[in-house]
Amino acid sequence: MGVYVNKDTKVIVQGITGGTAKFHTKQMLEYGTKIVGGVTPKKAGSEVEGVPVFNTVKDAVDATDATVSVIYVPAPFAADAIIEATDAGLDLVICITEHIPVLDMVKVKRYMEGKKTRLIGPNCPGVITADETKIGIMPGYIHKKGHIGVVSRSGTLTYEAVHQLTEAGYGQTSAVGIGGDPVNGTNFIDVLSAFNEDPETEAVIMIGEIGGTAEEEAAEWVKANMKKPVVGFIGGATAPPGKRMGHAGAIISGGKGTADEKIRVLESCGIKVAETPAVMGETMIKVLKENGLDEKCKTH
Amino acid sequence: MNIHEYQGKEVLRQFGVKVPNGYVAYTVDEAVQAAEKLGTSVTVVKAQIHAGGRGKAGGVKVAKNLEEVRTYADEILGKTLVTHQTGPEGKEVKRLLIEEGCDIKKEYYVGVVLDRATSRVVFMASEEGGTEIEEVAEATPEKIFKEVIDPVVGLLPFQARRLAFNINIPDELIGQAVQFMTALYNAFVEKDCSIAEINPLVTTGDGQVLALDAKLNFDDNALYRQKDIIELRDLEEEDEKEIEASKYDLSYVSLDGNIGCMVNGAGLAMSTMDIINHYGGDPANFLDVGGSATAEKVTEAFKIILSDPNVKGIFVNIFGGIMKCDVIADGVVEATKQVGLEIPLVVRLEGTNVEKGKQILNESGLNITSASSMADGAQKIVSLVG
Repeated sequence: MGVYVNKDTKVIVQGITGGTAKFHTKQMLEYGTKIVGGVTPKKAGSEVEGVPVFNTVKDAVDATDATVSVIYVPAPFAADAIIEATDAGLDLVICITEHIPVLDMVKVKRYMEGKKTRLIGPNCPGVITADETKIGIMPGYIHKKGHIGVVSRSGTLTYEAVHQLTEAGYGQTSAVGIGGDPVNGTNFIDVLSAFNEDPETEAVIMIGEIGGTAEEEAAEWVKANMKKPVVGFIGGATAPPGKRMGHAGAIISGGKGTADEKIRVLESCGIKVAETPAVMGETMIKVLKENGLDEKCKTH
Repeated sequence: MNIHEYQGKEVLRQFGVKVPNGYVAYTVDEAVQAAEKLGTSVTVVKAQIHAGGRGKAGGVKVAKNLEEVRTYADEILGKTLVTHQTGPEGKEVKRLLIEEGCDIKKEYYVGVVLDRATSRVVFMASEEGGTEIEEVAEATPEKIFKEVIDPVVGLLPFQARRLAFNINIPDELIGQAVQFMTALYNAFVEKDCSIAEINPLVTTGDGQVLALDAKLNFDDNALYRQKDIIELRDLEEEDEKEIEASKYDLSYVSLDGNIGCMVNGAGLAMSTMDIINHYGGDPANFLDVGGSATAEKVTEAFKIILSDPNVKGIFVNIFGGIMKCDVIADGVVEATKQVGLEIPLVVRLEGTNVEKGKQILNESGLNITSASSMADGAQKIVSLVG
């Protein structure tokens, strides 16, 4: 099970002929992901890692019945790529590309309103359902099938959390990177709600960072709706105000969006927050034990 | 990216936003000449630095004659202004804006920002002009009015009108205010701003609606299509190491500590600072080498960290996804060959191509302390730096 994607999900890769996309297409295929096609304008008829390339998303979907697209195209063309995938009626579009102008994303979100397509990202590592399918750029080998869901604004912190869980013998259902941009397609609440409904997921790690109020909103939602324990971590406690910390969305402005405030709200909503990024796994294990879920979640 | 007030006003003027006449001056003589050219009875001498709060810090003076312009220009140029936005070290004034004075009737606030919660651009307005909008939001949030803008149709006239009425712009100036707001929104969108703030917007005795100040920030991700805005960048306002880093698309922020950090991924880079702090150390910087870094970029990143005289040790913390560990390792080896390494270096590698990366470091003969985890690495570098 897991959320959004599984072993049967058919995936196309937009921008498949680029260097990064080629590398990760190979990695995804090795993981077992069903990559059924790629899209690069004017490259129809060629192949990448044995995967046929099409000129348009529509051509690729018509020929392969893919339902999910993963986007690696450069930032100036990424908004168009997301809209093209939406227009082709895909269920899910995962946009890895970073540095997309934010006003492009404002238009993209407006375009996607009322459409059936879900966007994850941009500026994200993608989605993996452990031992089934890996769609994105995360290193596959750190994941093991199990019962913990992971959702995060940061790619590398997701890997950190997953790695800690796996090392300690606790597998995961899915890990979803929602991306570090101020305007993104899927938010914490969307993913938490999907994990809430997933029968395999017993508990969730939510990894946030400074900037915005998405973590606070998610915490309130958890308090009101979540049937499963949630553990949190917030990056950027030592970040100076007014400075953008790499992610376009990671900035404390006007005294808002500090780690302290987020941690306070998370704790007040019953979410146990890991004190350092090194103990995200440990904190989860403690919470599992408190909730009598340890036995069920310890996978190896 | 930030620009100066006078540059912001120039950009806004192109979109039809009304601003007072003025000229930039780099010397006292230029300031006096500018005032002569303006020929107004009252002239304002304004310090141009990339920070707010200039008035309170003594960076804005009203001159009633050319002699006063000379006196004030002489006083402000070269002065270090300390405001709530500059930090305690302050910023040296190197440019002045010499602007015509105007007969202010009332001050307002208008601003255009991205609202993350709605994923839309929001236009804000308040009757409480001249004070920090954060303070207004704190004390009297009911005095801030907002219009959420649909990107398909832009700021609509009725929305601008509603804002103007809500902040009690006099009836006879509503038309001008609507025009002003529409022009400001257009500038925001066309120029890929991240903030366009006019504080204060003023109405004048002779019936005008004017931008007395202008703060424009731009979306760094959109600068590739805003060539004329890039031209306005003032490198003297920025940190040298941050400038160097930006040449190589490295995301770098200078901090006060002595442990240099090189990390991939913004979240991990922030958390690496946090964990160094947790174990009693002090990070010297935030540095995200990004996902698509080459060995050359990593080399440059390393050089930038080492160029900070405060740095007494380096912690490289990599969890490869899109970034491959062997590329990082190649970069580290190359950089140390080029610049030498006399301080402790702790490296923690995990993720894509981790074995290849470790092998490169092992075979390099460099004096590297390897770490098995993030916490292990942070503890090791903190104890090595002492």
